[in-house]
Amino acid sequence: MSVIRVRGLVKRFNGLAAVDGVDLDVEERECFGLLGPNGAGKTSLIRVITAVSPATAGSAWVDGKDVAARPRETKALIGVVPQLDNLDPDLSVIQNLVTFARYFDIGRKEALARAEENLGLVQLLEKRNARVDTLSGGMKRRLLIARALMNQPKVLVLDEPTVGLDPQAKHLVWQKLRSLKEAGVTQLLCTQNMDEAAHLCDRIAIMHRGRVIAGGTPAALVAEHGGRRVIEARPRTEGREALAAELRGRGLEFQEVEDTFYIFQTDDTGLEEGFLGQMERFSYHSPTLEDVFLRLTGRSLGE
Amino acid sequence: MRFSRRSYRVWQRNRDVFRQVLWTELPGAFAEPLLVLLAMGIGLGSFVGTVNGGRYIEFIAPGIIASYAMFSPTFECTWASYVRMTHQKTFDAIIATPLNVDDVVAGEIFWGATRAVITAVVILVVVSAFGLIHSLWALLIPVLAVLEGLMFASIAMFYTSLVTSIYTFNYYFTLVVTPMFFFGEVFFPLSSFPETVQRLSWVIPLTWVTKLTRALANGEWYSGLWVALVMMVGVTAVFFWLALRGMRRRLIK
Repeated sequence: MSVIRVRGLVKRFNGLAAVDGVDLDVEERECFGLLGPNGAGKTSLIRVITAVSPATAGSAWVDGKDVAARPRETKALIGVVPQLDNLDPDLSVIQNLVTFARYFDIGRKEALARAEENLGLVQLLEKRNARVDTLSGGMKRRLLIARALMNQPKVLVLDEPTVGLDPQAKHLVWQKLRSLKEAGVTQLLCTQNMDEAAHLCDRIAIMHRGRVIAGGTPAALVAEHGGRRVIEARPRTEGREALAAELRGRGLEFQEVEDTFYIFQTDDTGLEEGFLGQMERFSYHSPTLEDVFLRLTGRSLGE
Repeated sequence: MRFSRRSYRVWQRNRDVFRQVLWTELPGAFAEPLLVLLAMGIGLGSFVGTVNGGRYIEFIAPGIIASYAMFSPTFECTWASYVRMTHQKTFDAIIATPLNVDDVVAGEIFWGATRAVITAVVILVVVSAFGLIHSLWALLIPVLAVLEGLMFASIAMFYTSLVTSIYTFNYYFTLVVTPMFFFGEVFFPLSSFPETVQRLSWVIPLTWVTKLTRALANGEWYSGLWVALVMMVGVTAVFFWLALRGMRRRLIK
């Protein structure tokens, strides 16, 4: 049985559809990624799944419970790591966790035990009595993860868990999320970072303009939509038209992002080195999720 | 959705935070009402003579209790709640747990009412020590402060559900709170004013509370006070409902 099941979900704001008919199944113990740029509808979708925002149409179930009909029970099963830090600045690190546990009716003794355990897990034990505003960005994000674990959730929902972190802090968060997955915690992860998706996710759904436009394992997505090789070419300004004409003539699929052409090679049809030599710059790379996204939407993820 | 017993969790959170700042905040919070009581009661009182047959300071003491028990929940459910809601995102964090928006708002209002009771009790103890209270009925003043706190917390929270910026609260204080403080029978009885003004004063919620607090402090009850009590209950019920509805509209998107 899927831990999260979404069918025909629509979320409109003043008539504008942020989520425009999404079906989704997240299986037990997997890390499922929602990949897409800002405004793709990821956050709106998870706000409905986590029972804080009502759907315009369609339904979502968490662990078999209808989210709209039983919001309190649903929320008791979920741990949320929000994109924006909403730790309680009036409380210390340990108080943040114990107070949060109390919202779930977890007794003080049990809450303290879990708080110690979770602080150990995210390597913040020595900060237990610190004020929240003295923590670094990476520490705050780890504390948010520790807080989301206080109710021992069946599903952890993470919205851009590493956005704005330096590489070191990012890798530490990734490592924690991987160890949680090994411990059996199902994860739904929103991200616009394809590295993050490739690092952590078993399966991915690519979202664009409120819809899921492709889904599968990272490898399957790349195999299905990435082609064989990607040529990245930056022509001189006066050479743009010629390059585009050449590519159309050869039936090569491509996307233009700013001044760079991403050319998707699906078979032996390519471009001669001599022709590419006229470019200001060119290179080859193996297709990645980023290329899949670019090819399907014509936009890069960072946008 | 409706609020539930879970609103107590929000109340507990605010209580825990209050406990931490208790000894830094409390002296400041009570210096002002005592200053007003002494400055007006003794300073101005020496010119005023007697009011309704008693000393001026005895007249204003219950008014000071009532008005500062209005300020506490008002501050709590305007600036403090607003900061928790918008700047600290505390409400967002809480509604991701089994609590809903109604629980959070009700918990905030209950905490505001608690602040009113704390204020009323502390000032009551001090003015009793000055010998300004003459009736055992004054023991009911903290109970009245519960209702007063709920009323002013609800009105404030309703206003908070509508504001677009923290500066908008200035209007609430200059146009609503301060006029009540001056025309709510705290410092002078309205009996010397024309009949029309006296009638108008009955639309000011603080007037009901000062009349009731004064009656309890002196042990002099009269039938008009039932009207004041009923008005308080009615306004509390209406604004409590409006505050929850306003916050639901604001926060559930």
